[in-house]
Amino acid sequence: MEKKDHIISILVHNKPDVLARVAGTLGGKGYNIDSLCVNTTTQNDISKIVMTTSGSQATITRIENQLQRLVDVISVDDLTNVESVHREMVLVRLNLTAENAEPVKNAIDTNKWKVIVSGDTYLIIEITGDKRQIEFSLARLEPLGIADITRTGLVALTLED
Amino acid sequence: MKLKGTEIFLKVLEEEKVDIIFGYPGGAVLDLYDQLYESNLRHILVRHEQGAVHAADGYARATGKVGVCLVTSGPGATNTVTGIATANMDSIPLVVFTGQVPTGLIGNDAFQECDITGITRPCTKHNFLVRNIEELASTIKEAFHIARSGRPGPVLVDLPKNVMAAQYDYDPTNIKIRNHEAVYKPAPKKMANVFDMLNAAKKPLIMTGGGVILGKASEELTLLARKYEIPVTGTLMGLGSFPGTDPLWLGMLGMHGTYYANMAVSHCDFMLAVGVRFDDRVTGSIETFAANAKIVQIDIDPSSINKNVTVDLPIIGDTRATLKDILRFLEEHHYTQDAGLRAQWLREIAEWREKVPLNYCKNGEVIKPQYVIEKLQELTKGDALITTDVGQHQMWTAQFFHFDRPNTFVSSGGLGTMGFGLPAAIGVKCAFPDKQVVAIAGDGSIQMNIQELATAAQYNIAVKVVLLNNEFLGMPRQWQEMFYNKRYSHTDMTYAPDFVKLAEAFGVIGLRATKPAEVETVLKQGLAADKPVLMDFRISRDECVYPMVHPGGSINQMTLGSREMIN
Ligand SMILES: Cc1cc2nc3c(=O)[nH]c(=O)nc-3n(C[C@H](O)[C@H](O)[C@H](O)COP(=O)(O)OP(=O)(O)OC[C@H]3O[C@@H](n4cnc5c(N)ncnc54)[C@H](O)[C@@H]3O)c2cc1C
Ligand SMILES: Cc1ncc(C[n+]2csc(CCOP(=O)(O)OP(=O)(O)O)c2C)c(N)n1
Ligand SMILES: [Mg+2]
Repeated sequence: MEKKDHIISILVHNKPDVLARVAGTLGGKGYNIDSLCVNTTTQNDISKIVMTTSGSQATITRIENQLQRLVDVISVDDLTNVESVHREMVLVRLNLTAENAEPVKNAIDTNKWKVIVSGDTYLIIEITGDKRQIEFSLARLEPLGIADITRTGLVALTLED
Repeated sequence: MKLKGTEIFLKVLEEEKVDIIFGYPGGAVLDLYDQLYESNLRHILVRHEQGAVHAADGYARATGKVGVCLVTSGPGATNTVTGIATANMDSIPLVVFTGQVPTGLIGNDAFQECDITGITRPCTKHNFLVRNIEELASTIKEAFHIARSGRPGPVLVDLPKNVMAAQYDYDPTNIKIRNHEAVYKPAPKKMANVFDMLNAAKKPLIMTGGGVILGKASEELTLLARKYEIPVTGTLMGLGSFPGTDPLWLGMLGMHGTYYANMAVSHCDFMLAVGVRFDDRVTGSIETFAANAKIVQIDIDPSSINKNVTVDLPIIGDTRATLKDILRFLEEHHYTQDAGLRAQWLREIAEWREKVPLNYCKNGEVIKPQYVIEKLQELTKGDALITTDVGQHQMWTAQFFHFDRPNTFVSSGGLGTMGFGLPAAIGVKCAFPDKQVVAIAGDGSIQMNIQELATAAQYNIAVKVVLLNNEFLGMPRQWQEMFYNKRYSHTDMTYAPDFVKLAEAFGVIGLRATKPAEVETVLKQGLAADKPVLMDFRISRDECVYPMVHPGGSINQMTLGSREMIN
């Protein structure tokens, strides 16, 4: 069966260990987590976990069923085929040198990247977008000399309930 | 009223109607044990924490109630892990209380500290670390609720020493817990589908499993099968959910299932699978399993559906409620089977049964294990609660003892835990002191929890151990005979204690039979005693379990054993 990327949104009771339970359930049964994002919702005692994973539809159904078994899991939704918006963020540190100062400045101007800190020898750029946009930006940054990056997991929100 | 944590603990157990706990003390739970000193709650002191969990498990399987254990932190807690995993695989409701170091020391590598909630996360239904006294009562209540609701399972509650020593204003009327009971809507459309599928079927078959026993649905299942003359096969965990002496009963299916059950599965055109999870020991090769059948599966847990076998109509729901719905729908819509077609199907099955009945080579010289089990059935008139260890003797029990009622066969199916039988029998006997409780054990398995003979002796828990002693780790030996060129690598158990003397040393009656003629006498004597007994039956060493489906093979391809089978 065809393997595809899936975005799973999981509402959980904000109990100690809940992330370990969710991650352990997947890891222990041999499923991969490609990215993960967790934080509280408007209700402090409820958190949302957005996870991306890949697999056939049958595998994804199995993952959903396994997660549903967890006592602290409230709901599990596959957002892949639901109208929804998706964002990731990446922070990129570039080291500035005599050679790259000019191209870096030009690239920032043309791509409208947001510089959040700028020092004498480095600057840090913040990029948000969907996965494709992030990959695109990273490809453009690559030749300028990336010193380090930190990338978040994907977050997603449906257009309707 | 201000109460100490340990007092609240006992109060909540009382409210949960706990009448017995199996446990073992240690530093982290000494406050609790001090409280038990003046309590009426029955406590059985086991000899190893694994034994405590298996005993609670046996109690739970035989009664349908939640089994309870209490152990200390660190090694006490880790010793429970095999027992917990055993219960988890078979969906048995348990609450296991473990002591923990004081909350202030957690994370410090304190003496006998161990992250038991971390260790047991993958093998419990849920677990809790109680962080403060305010949460104590509600957490314990929630633990019991989770253990018994939906698909049951073991729940561990970790109790730090300082929490149990703290004081709190306990008000039983003011405890709120989350409800974990899933709500299932009745599905009339699905009932109509079941009707149509059954109506179209020429060769219907029911497959019953552990979920029928857990869901207390035997009565409904039996009614359905008998009313519409549908033959029934079952998994190991389903034994007893349909009367084993009923002519519609085909015996167990799967790797060591009967020839006729496996043939019926392979030829049926409709299968109603009730409370089963299609384990690989049951299905053999998935591609050929019930290949001609439309399958309806009833299960409370969506993760059991379409996991191994893809079914045509999944019904997510409780076995009892759903079977009731099906019975009502069939009745209201006047379903009647075509008598001619049904007779033809039952005749086809009867022919398989005649061709290859369950049988073994009888022998006047050496004791056959199957013979011991047949005699046990005869002498108890089937009115006994049977536990087993794991191995060949477990399969012979499943094949040759006919279980007529649910909750009378207690065996570790999913995890297959050697050493389960004796402690489980102790738990069963505690629940039913007036019943005959027999542990059918293997010589390898019994040595894994033999220490529990002391527990049986101390409290005079009169369990009867029927040891089928082949001086081998028989099951792996059989595989070595069949699949490893008879290279018997490390399965010979000839070096063993004298089990009769050992029993006596523990204060248990020890008996031995070495010849077929002695079997009945020994059984009679052992069963009549009002003390725990160990009966050492020296059985034929190289007996194999047949039929056998080769691992991964189709279940209609079975090795049937020796050709000199006598009918
Ligand atoms: C040495 C050895 C050999 C074995 N050989 C065989 C063999 O030949 N044949 C065989 O059958 N087994 C065999 N087994 C046992 C096997 O490993 C499995 O344990 C067994 O087949 C599982 O039984 P089950 O499908 O009934 O599921 P269980 O493990 O009993 O699961 C019960 C199912 O019912 C569901 N359920 C629970 N409560 C409810 C409810 N109230 N309503 C609805 N659904 C509910 C659960 O979600 C679950 O899906 C062997 C085991 C050992 C150790
Ligand atoms: C704790 C544990 N270890 C190992 C096994 C693997 N195993 C399955 S059956 C068996 C042999 C059991 O021997 P015995 O109790 O004598 O039973 P028999 O098969 O001889 O009847 C073994 C080693 C197991 N199931 N459980
Ligand atoms: Mg043996």
